[in-house]
Amino acid sequence: MGIRVQGLVKRYGTVPVVQDVSFEVRTGELVALLGPSGGGKSTILRIIAGLDPADDGEVWLDGARVDALHARERQVGFVFQHYALFRHMTVEQNIAFGLRVQGASKEHQRRRVDDLLNIIGLRGLGDRLPAELSGGQRQRVALARALAPEPKLLLLDEPFGAVDAKVREELRRWLRRLHDEVHTTSIFVTHDQEEAFAVSDRVMIIQQGRLEQAGTPLEILDAPATEFVARFVGDVNVLAGDVVDGRLGLLALPVAGSGPMHVIVRSYDLKFWRADDGVAVVQRVTPLGDRVRVEAILDDGAAIFAQFPRRSSLLTGIGAGARIAIEVTHARAWPARALPGEHKCPS
Amino acid sequence: MSDTARRSRPLGIAVPVIACVLVYLVGVLVVPLLALCATVLSNLPEVVGQLTTPEALHAMGLSLVLAAIALGINLVAGIAGAIVLVRQQFYGRSLLDALVEMPLALSPVMVGLGFFLLFGRTGWARPVIDALGLKVTFAFPGLVLATTFVTLPFIVREVGLILKVQGTSEEQAAATLGASPWQTFWLVTIPNIRQGLELGATLTVARALGEFGAVLVLGGAISGETQTATTFIHASMEERQEPAAYGMAMLLAAAAAGLLAFLQSRRRR
Repeated sequence: MGIRVQGLVKRYGTVPVVQDVSFEVRTGELVALLGPSGGGKSTILRIIAGLDPADDGEVWLDGARVDALHARERQVGFVFQHYALFRHMTVEQNIAFGLRVQGASKEHQRRRVDDLLNIIGLRGLGDRLPAELSGGQRQRVALARALAPEPKLLLLDEPFGAVDAKVREELRRWLRRLHDEVHTTSIFVTHDQEEAFAVSDRVMIIQQGRLEQAGTPLEILDAPATEFVARFVGDVNVLAGDVVDGRLGLLALPVAGSGPMHVIVRSYDLKFWRADDGVAVVQRVTPLGDRVRVEAILDDGAAIFAQFPRRSSLLTGIGAGARIAIEVTHARAWPARALPGEHKCPS
Repeated sequence: MSDTARRSRPLGIAVPVIACVLVYLVGVLVVPLLALCATVLSNLPEVVGQLTTPEALHAMGLSLVLAAIALGINLVAGIAGAIVLVRQQFYGRSLLDALVEMPLALSPVMVGLGFFLLFGRTGWARPVIDALGLKVTFAFPGLVLATTFVTLPFIVREVGLILKVQGTSEEQAAATLGASPWQTFWLVTIPNIRQGLELGATLTVARALGEFGAVLVLGGAISGETQTATTFIHASMEERQEPAAYGMAMLLAAAAAGLLAFLQSRRRR
């Protein structure tokens, strides 16, 4: 089912948490709300589910406005960050809860629970209590519990935030496969861009309560709409200064325009190579598994870094102290001005 | 085996400490109870005789009825009160939170006196209860009032603690799954607070059975009318009917032991 959010506003006291957010999610889509922690993503999700009231704006599910409906009447499945499983109920009872309170027959409950136990791969663990399961297993039970009453919409709040990296990776792939099977329209919240790009059809970048950009992972990566998005997504260099004739300091940049600019260069959009007549000196070379991170200082004092595949021929002769030449292959520039939440940007 | 032996071998300093604790516990707890048991057993026929008089049976029955009423009132008021105090935001909440614990700090005699000033012959509330045709002091309602007051904090406190720790995420989950508030309360909240409820209920019953000061002041301990098990013991001592006093004390001790055993058995699950 489709969902439409129009002009959503939420304040805690006088602090705005969600500021005029509007978007649409099409039936069967899996969408990620991505952004820094504390940016209002979870609040948007909770408003859609009816767990928190909005101060202004509209929520439409399947063409019907639901703002006046209580959470229990919205038929929205919700997966909580810390699972919120019923601690005194077994796995089976947890999964069956939605059907039970809605008055489904015992027979129907049992069949649905069996199906879902199969889907989440926990057959045989139906009589365990949540406390007897691992974090990843609990997360899957929480998902099965939300799916059992066949909700029109599935909302997941940082679904993999509380499990360790390895399990998170697995759950991610599993969630994507599951979505391809059941096709429930889904929105999930994450602050992990890798997660957002790996799982979702579309990503919405939320920052300080505003929707910065909505698009496919490729659109977000290749055509960031705002400086914030460009900075937030991927490992980036931010070069600040006067751009004159396509140059900023010692670097030639493939950008148009001139004047004071912030130039954003992704770590994989530049090349370093060993050259005695180069413009920078390598400070540090850090192996990161399949990639290598190289940090250098330009002769005018600016810091810059790049990442290369481990076996890249560009790395020949590159070590701490080596002089290098630099070519920037892609860059994006924004007129320099103070950016809200600048300090929150990674890299 | 050698592992456990090593772990359980007390260190030098621990021996005197453990000995002190043991002596203290035995001296304060075990010896008086043993003395009571021995006295009762050596005077058994007399004890049984004096405990089966109509007055003694009435006192026992009254104590049980009062405990049951206090439990009933506090189950409802305690759960509701805990939910309101922990989950609602309102002006004066922290004051109310502190007031709930007051019966723990106040001397029951003083509480009885307070109610006495309210409901006694020249009490402030006298016109109201007279108009309603009620009798509070030296009557059953006074006993209920006294018992309910002194037992008020237990369930509120125990349940409140658990509610605070658990938060409301499970209730929210129940709501998104379509549960009504009533279903959520019975299927989610009540099972989650069960342990606190059992502990609070046990303490409530124990406190109700053992209450002395407030029921004495407010009820007057009229034999066969407002005399409870504890005031019966007091009266028996005054009238030199020691076997009756010892016997009733023994029964109260047995009730307390039963309550504790109940609690232990529930905790082990």
